[in-house]
Amino acid sequence: MCETPGNPASQRVLLEIKNLQLDFLQDGRPVRALDGISLSVEAGETLCLVGESGSGKSVTGLSVARLLPSPPAVYAGGEILVEGRDTLRMSQDQLREVRGGVVGYIFQEPAASLNPVYRVGTQIKEALKLHRPQEAVDREVIRLLSLVGIPAPETRARSYPHELSGGMQQRVMIAIALASRPKLLIADEPTTALDVTIQAQILELLLSLKKQFGMAILLITHNLGIVSEIADRAAVMYAGQIVETGPARDVLAHPLHPYTRALLESMPRLGVGSERLKAIRGSVPQLGAFPGGCRFHPRCDDARASCATDPVALLGTGAGRATRCPFSQ
Amino acid sequence: MNPAPLLQVTNLSVDFPVGRAILGAARSWLRAVNEVSFELQASETLGLVGESGCGKTSLGRAIVRLVEPAGGRICFEGADITQARGLELRSLRRNFQIIFQDPYGSLDPRLTIEDIIGEALDIHRLASSSSDRRSQVAALLQDVGLDETHLARFPHEFSGGQRQRIGIARALAVRPKLIVCDEPVSALDVSVQAQVVNLLRDLQRDRGISYLFIAHDLAVVEHISERIMVMYLGRIVETGSASEVCGQPGHPYTQALLSAVPVIDAQSKRKRIVLQGDVPSAVQPPGGCPFHPRCPVAEARCRVERPILRELKPRHWVACHLA
Repeated sequence: MCETPGNPASQRVLLEIKNLQLDFLQDGRPVRALDGISLSVEAGETLCLVGESGSGKSVTGLSVARLLPSPPAVYAGGEILVEGRDTLRMSQDQLREVRGGVVGYIFQEPAASLNPVYRVGTQIKEALKLHRPQEAVDREVIRLLSLVGIPAPETRARSYPHELSGGMQQRVMIAIALASRPKLLIADEPTTALDVTIQAQILELLLSLKKQFGMAILLITHNLGIVSEIADRAAVMYAGQIVETGPARDVLAHPLHPYTRALLESMPRLGVGSERLKAIRGSVPQLGAFPGGCRFHPRCDDARASCATDPVALLGTGAGRATRCPFSQ
Repeated sequence: MNPAPLLQVTNLSVDFPVGRAILGAARSWLRAVNEVSFELQASETLGLVGESGCGKTSLGRAIVRLVEPAGGRICFEGADITQARGLELRSLRRNFQIIFQDPYGSLDPRLTIEDIIGEALDIHRLASSSSDRRSQVAALLQDVGLDETHLARFPHEFSGGQRQRIGIARALAVRPKLIVCDEPVSALDVSVQAQVVNLLRDLQRDRGISYLFIAHDLAVVEHISERIMVMYLGRIVETGSASEVCGQPGHPYTQALLSAVPVIDAQSKRKRIVLQGDVPSAVQPPGGCPFHPRCPVAEARCRVERPILRELKPRHWVACHLA
């Protein structure tokens, strides 16, 4: 991508994905889901992967610790370097050290990730036993619960998941992820199932944990507002490719790629009134039916004849930015 | 004076049983909608916002008589429809339709698009022959941005946005005067949301339909609505024009809700109000003002005395002692 080799900051790179190609087997035939994904996350940094359904943002996040079952997923090329070691070449034992140890995950539906028949304290203790066995004690469980802002942690440790609200369940998931002191937290739409007031609480918690522990966050979202609130850098995905990347503020204020620009223009904004929205025509392309040439060309207002045929590369434009459109201003 | 409203709702309440004893009697009741009153004019859009569990969906469903109200009155074009039953209710239903959030769950996967939309025409005997039915369905598809090549297809062949268009075409088939839109765009991709919002506005302009637009996304609601009602624990806590409610919110809950919406404009550094705690249970709602346990400015009397809606400015009502 646009990181220059030999950059002193590159020693602090926690995660580096290089030209990742990933297929899904559909009826025995490989269908490309990720096409040449390259990105990096430095220690203490928040990178937002933004995209709509089917863009490949969740698949990218899951592949970091190889959480996708294979088959149907087939890693067809590239590298995923976690602290310099390629997870695509790791044994199951080595992967287990990365999962939880270096990389922690939280997901959209906390209720689906928690075991309904165990008390939440037990589930946090289980994570401690795996990663910090000598500290797998009630005191540490309660410390983690209060760290993520759960009131009356002594009582709450004895609750079952269904006795907690969605926001509290997500806090428990974060406590479980923190149990192993990960250096990178991958949060896949962590607030999408929550109300806005609870979403604000969880985002605030993530930011404070990041400050406290210098933890890096790879946040996957479809919400550009969240990107603006939380991200240092952003990578916009469309149809299995990164189409634009750069410092979050610049990407949102001066988008380079027509897709990013159209996405920003199509969103209603508070306090702007009721002018007609500028919609993007057509719909998001489905896996296996990504258009040739530039994948956004059938929906792009600025498309030219060559866009339908010529493949386009993600090219740096300076200042840490890159776009997959040769006609970006 | 305003013209007679299309819809007039007075002190409407909806209860749900919570837990059942051995013989099937309800152990307790949850009041999902608590004495809600409002009016909706012809070709007006009224937005209804609130967090999950606030009763906004129950209110929408009670109005189209999909759930039974526990009390109160619903008047449609001046006629009380609260007690309508059987055939009378069926013929009334031509006037009000509902669109749901999940365009995947609300279309029968085994019916073609022609039959899904045609069914609505059949029920209300609006098609004189099968060729008339087909041409009406084709015209409806055109109105929502699809075309007659889609007639023989099945729901799974369409994208989420197209399915929501089919749901809208089905609602339009009976030429309703009111459509309750229950989170119609929240399951859609961001790039497709705007298409459906624009479609709903065009249909309103062309046909004079009224919308009760239920959503949790305040930006979408502000965009599409003339007026907005904010609901908390079954009650309306604020109502007024969209620009007033979003621009000068009077209720601390509305203020918090607005400040919690993540916005893109980096320069607008607003003071964020982060509410503590969750929405309390509607089974045992707090006494006094239902919002007081989470309210950043609550005083002693808020814990004991429930504020009623007061008209702060013309047509801007707020239920808060301190507003």
